Amino acid sequence: MIRTTPFHDRLAPRNATGLWQHWSGHLAAVKYQMDEKFEYFAVRNAAGLIDTSPLYKYRITGPDAEGYLAGVLARDVRSCRDGQAQYTLWCDDAGHVVEDGVVFRHSRDHYLLTSAEPNLAWFADRIGRRRVQIEDVSAQYGSLAVQGPRARRILCGMVPELETLRYFHHTQGTMGGAAVHVSRTGYTGDLGYEVWVESDDASRVFDAVTEAGAGQGVIPVGQAALLMLRIEAGLVLIGVDFHSSRFAETDEQRSTPAELGFGWMFRDVATTDRAFIGRDAIRRELAEGTSRWAMVGLVVDWRDWDERHRAAGLVPPKDEHPVVWEMMLYDDAGERVGYTTSFMYSPALQRHIAMARVRPHLAAVGSRVQLEVTIEHRYQTVTAEVAKPPLFNPPRKTDVPSPASSAPSAAAPSASSAPPTRSSTTTGVPA
Amino acid sequence: MSHPTPAPTPASAGTGSRQYDAIVIGGGHNGLVNGAYLAKSGLRTLILERRHLVGGAAITEELMPGFHFTTFSYAVSLLRPDIIHDLDLVRHGYFPLLMPHSFAPADDGGHLILSKDRNVTIQEISRHSRRDADAYDQYGHDMTQVVKAVKPLFDTVPPNLFSGRPEDALALADLAKHLKDLPKRVLHNLVRLLSGSAADFLDDYFESELLKGLLSSSGIIGTKVGPRSQGSGVVLLFHNMGEQDGVFGSWGFHKGGNGGLTQVLARVAQAFGAEIRLEAGVSQVLTSNGRVTGVALADGTELSAPIVVSALDPRRTFLELVEPRELPDDLVESIERYRFQGTSSKVNFALDALPVFGDLDGSQFRGFTNIAPSMDYLERAFDEAKYGWYSSKPYLDCCIQSTIDPDMAPPGKHVMSCFTHYTPYHLKGGDWDVERDRLGDTVQRRLEELFPGFSSLVLRREVVTPLDIERTVGLSEGNIFAGELMSPQLYFFRPAPGWNQYRTPIDGYYQCGSGTHPGGCVTGGPGRLASQQILRDLRRG
Repeated sequence: MIRTTPFHDRLAPRNATGLWQHWSGHLAAVKYQMDEKFEYFAVRNAAGLIDTSPLYKYRITGPDAEGYLAGVLARDVRSCRDGQAQYTLWCDDAGHVVEDGVVFRHSRDHYLLTSAEPNLAWFADRIGRRRVQIEDVSAQYGSLAVQGPRARRILCGMVPELETLRYFHHTQGTMGGAAVHVSRTGYTGDLGYEVWVESDDASRVFDAVTEAGAGQGVIPVGQAALLMLRIEAGLVLIGVDFHSSRFAETDEQRSTPAELGFGWMFRDVATTDRAFIGRDAIRRELAEGTSRWAMVGLVVDWRDWDERHRAAGLVPPKDEHPVVWEMMLYDDAGERVGYTTSFMYSPALQRHIAMARVRPHLAAVGSRVQLEVTIEHRYQTVTAEVAKPPLFNPPRKTDVPSPASSAPSAAAPSASSAPPTRSSTTTGVPA
Repeated sequence: MSHPTPAPTPASAGTGSRQYDAIVIGGGHNGLVNGAYLAKSGLRTLILERRHLVGGAAITEELMPGFHFTTFSYAVSLLRPDIIHDLDLVRHGYFPLLMPHSFAPADDGGHLILSKDRNVTIQEISRHSRRDADAYDQYGHDMTQVVKAVKPLFDTVPPNLFSGRPEDALALADLAKHLKDLPKRVLHNLVRLLSGSAADFLDDYFESELLKGLLSSSGIIGTKVGPRSQGSGVVLLFHNMGEQDGVFGSWGFHKGGNGGLTQVLARVAQAFGAEIRLEAGVSQVLTSNGRVTGVALADGTELSAPIVVSALDPRRTFLELVEPRELPDDLVESIERYRFQGTSSKVNFALDALPVFGDLDGSQFRGFTNIAPSMDYLERAFDEAKYGWYSSKPYLDCCIQSTIDPDMAPPGKHVMSCFTHYTPYHLKGGDWDVERDRLGDTVQRRLEELFPGFSSLVLRREVVTPLDIERTVGLSEGNIFAGELMSPQLYFFRPAPGWNQYRTPIDGYYQCGSGTHPGGCVTGGPGRLASQQILRDLRRG
């Protein structure tokens, strides 16, 4: 029996399309408007509300919780302070990634871990004799992501601490009279927050957020737009950009953290005395440089793309719908050197972009590869250049306004972010 | 490429010994694009703007706190994709926001919404005419084929019919081959659009008056023609030449309005090393023995440069900035004949809330709101202009940009831009300084008819007549395209026969405004193509 999320009563009437998909056994709107592109723009230009309640949520408590998590999570949870959150991975003994998730640290003996797939048995089986309890609290909480440049000024009227809350930190407050937990996290690569609320209070919180955002272009955003946003943000998706090592049939389907671009989590792996699952294999891989792949961003040469389509008599397609199956990559000699895992046209970047895996010698920014595309039923290649993800990475994603300038104002104009044009006096012409 | 030898510095040069390789007159979007390309190629480039801000007719002004008005031009579509990429505009904040649909309200309470979503559009059109629903797909397809055929011409320097140079002969042969290779139907449609009326073209497809009113209004924008006038076809074609994300004829708003776009262009030009000087109006282009030597500013300052590019309109470029006696008679005559006759105004509103139309929820305003319920309506509006007066029931192309870009107005409040047609520059027995407010009243009355209670929402009103456009921006007779986009003033003939390649009879003096190919609208095409010509000439030495 398909379930609904705690926000369903509020979101269902807003879904003008009648389209729903299933997400971990819950109804999730594909899109609320006829064209998801406008939901995408709401996140990049105003704010979008994304119901992420179907995520699995595990509460991990007990005096040994820190030591336990330090041993099962690949990234060192001990470096995460109370009130912080950490994007993390868990691996198998061979150093292959089981899954990724976000761990929220409340205290040394109290954590919340989210994941896309069920992991209760995997974590519970590894507790052993430690004094740790793990509880699946997925159904007890709803989570509403409020993502986009307006997110801060919409929410901080209700939870003033958000004004200065830093990236990957979390805090408590109330919205619509309900107790909430708010983290500065999200899956869009933009300024944004996730609001965690007891399921029974979800509607009140939703109403409070929509009221606070009234007249500011805030709309609910469905899964289709979310999948566009996350590609620009360079955020990997299980089942698309990687597969759980638990359920892979071959090592070819498995990935190591370094192969997914997470080598930075293991800078101290050569010396650490922290024993964690997969440590020795990861240590060996990094020391010996045996990674098979590097995860990179790709930016397609727009002229090449346009000319090849025009030569075939076509209007060059610029379709924002993600292609989440493999497209092959070659070097100039025609040797196969990798494949894309997610590909799309980015309206914000005005380019076709991809998340891709290439052989490590091509991982350097600026390396050229040939992307195989099908044009009029014929294989052709277009040039693409390796770029460092995230390809869309506005400063507002991580910045914190200084207390002095905390009045609601737009962020400073900067690379990859939409510039506010405050008035005609900003001529763009400094003295 | 060799740098031209700098001329000696005049003693009065305002910036000490600083020399420029190129000076661009006018900081509108074409001047900025041109200056950015020149600077990118390594030329020391100075862009001079008469006003206190760059942007020309593409500016955003905060007329009351929190309310940002797109004073003149108000939407984007035609900016050439090459410019976006060549100049890396995205890095500097280029951010076009798409509009979900266009909305056409009718006086009888009916309405039509043309959505980006084809299925919605088919349902909407079917409410008015079932046969028009699939005819709309056919129209879209046919128009796309014509646009595809014209696009290469749009994005390249046109050949000069009269030069006798081998490269022009080659380009003409290429052009002939390009046209000859077009499918019969595409070529015929192209000619029908270039020479015929929007009405004739649209009548072949559609019967719904509301749909025809909406589509044919693209055939009259900025031009003194009615939908049934020969020549409106080319204006219709022109407004379908734009593209967004690979969709032709698709329009959007730039973040922060069109002023947001020109701010991006200014940052880009500066990033490439161009210098921008504000409140630096040029009184004269200096020449010596048929060669440009620099410019004199209104305050008497003289600046020297071997290349001077005018982004102003052809009248100012040829008849005001230089001494017409230095130019061939036939060019002067052509420019004097060149038709401006601006016919467009803007009425901008700050609104306390969204207007109300029937029981629609307000989201219909997230795009153009096109007030032309039929072709007859447009034609009647034109009738009054033919006889020298403004329309008593004008055509309005409204957009409430704050529904797309919340930064344009305070939460819950809105800015509404109303492009207003027809309002001829030359009023017969009248004067815009007298009629300005009456025009504002006429527009407001019309909006009140369609959206009861509209007037009570108005917090502020700004009326911009053709005379105001001329005075403020400098566009002669207030023509928003720097000269009408009619066949006798396009391609081979823009702005004058034989002078369609951005050069002028004065060595080193170039033109890059919307009065050159491909013409008006925020395309940047003239600025880009002019820079190509300048750099090519420099390489030849």
